[in-house]
Amino acid sequence: MGAVQVRLHNPKRDVEVSGPVRVTELVASLGLNRESVLVIRGDSLVTHDETLHDTDVVEIRPVISGG
Amino acid sequence: MKCKPCGQPAVIDIPRHRAAFCADCFNAHCREQVRRAISSHRMMGHSERVLVAISGGKDSLALWHILVALGFRADGVYLGLGIGDYSDTSRGYAERFAQAHGLTLHVVDIPDEHGFAIPEAARATKRVPCSACGLSKRHLLNRAALDGGYDVLATGHNLDDEAAVLFGNVLQWQVGYLARQRPVLAATDGFARRVKPLIRMGERETAAYCVVNRIDYLVDECPMAAGNKHLRYKETLNAMEERSPGVKATFYLKFLDEMLPVLDGVAEEERALVGVCSRCGSPSSAAVCAFCTLVERVAGSPAR
Repeated sequence: MGAVQVRLHNPKRDVEVSGPVRVTELVASLGLNRESVLVIRGDSLVTHDETLHDTDVVEIRPVISGG
Repeated sequence: MKCKPCGQPAVIDIPRHRAAFCADCFNAHCREQVRRAISSHRMMGHSERVLVAISGGKDSLALWHILVALGFRADGVYLGLGIGDYSDTSRGYAERFAQAHGLTLHVVDIPDEHGFAIPEAARATKRVPCSACGLSKRHLLNRAALDGGYDVLATGHNLDDEAAVLFGNVLQWQVGYLARQRPVLAATDGFARRVKPLIRMGERETAAYCVVNRIDYLVDECPMAAGNKHLRYKETLNAMEERSPGVKATFYLKFLDEMLPVLDGVAEEERALVGVCSRCGSPSSAAVCAFCTLVERVAGSPAR
């Protein structure tokens, strides 16, 4: 057993999501707009059609700045 | 997902281009977008000295990296805004990038050199912090470019920034602001030429460029900007973009092509109204420029 570990910002927190799950579905399930974030596994970007598995650790990084 | 140009596994998809890219082709794509913006708007030439406004965030660091990759002679300038830990941290990112790439970074610290911090200025003027911050940046970055003898000041405004500003200006029909919202503002007496080479790159792309190129940048948003109008406009535009990829680029780039020429007369009239600030000699449409007024208000504020 395990889960996809997801690190989120604003506020910074970690959540677990059951895998396998497609990136596009993960982003939508968290109520995020895919134009507003990057998904990063390790130090590499992940495209929206990829499938994440239990034991994957990803960061969902916001890209919107307000200045 | 495969890279559109080369067929290798992709690292990023960009729906508005109906394309995905591997890391190498993405770099080439980003640099081509910036090269096209510079060339089509005649922003600057390779013999000119460029000063890049650096915040330590994704846009300014990506811009500096790309300009250097394209062969421009580009130094950076960082403005210390006095926003507590946020300013200390952002300065660190700017300095580490400059050092790692052997580039020159000038630092102007507003509290040290002008005696106030942005939160203090916001309290003294009873305006939102972004207003005091924006006018201080415009004034001091221009001053840094002129004093340093640079030909051009480049800022990291991206497609999303420009589309959001345009959206706000259209919602309120701010015709004067619309006439001035240009990718190049020509040098005039007291103003360095200002250019925005990232207008063809969305901010998801500038962030991705940093990740792909291992550029360490400050991810956290400025604490003063939380909930501002600009962010709300971006959310609205991104909600439309998700359903109709390309809508932001069409909105902004068509404005440049179709609407700005119509507004040339307005821009001309506004330029004719610009005089000189009686305090600092900078261009201003009032007797005392907005920055000097801000400095005076902060100095006279009982909140100090």
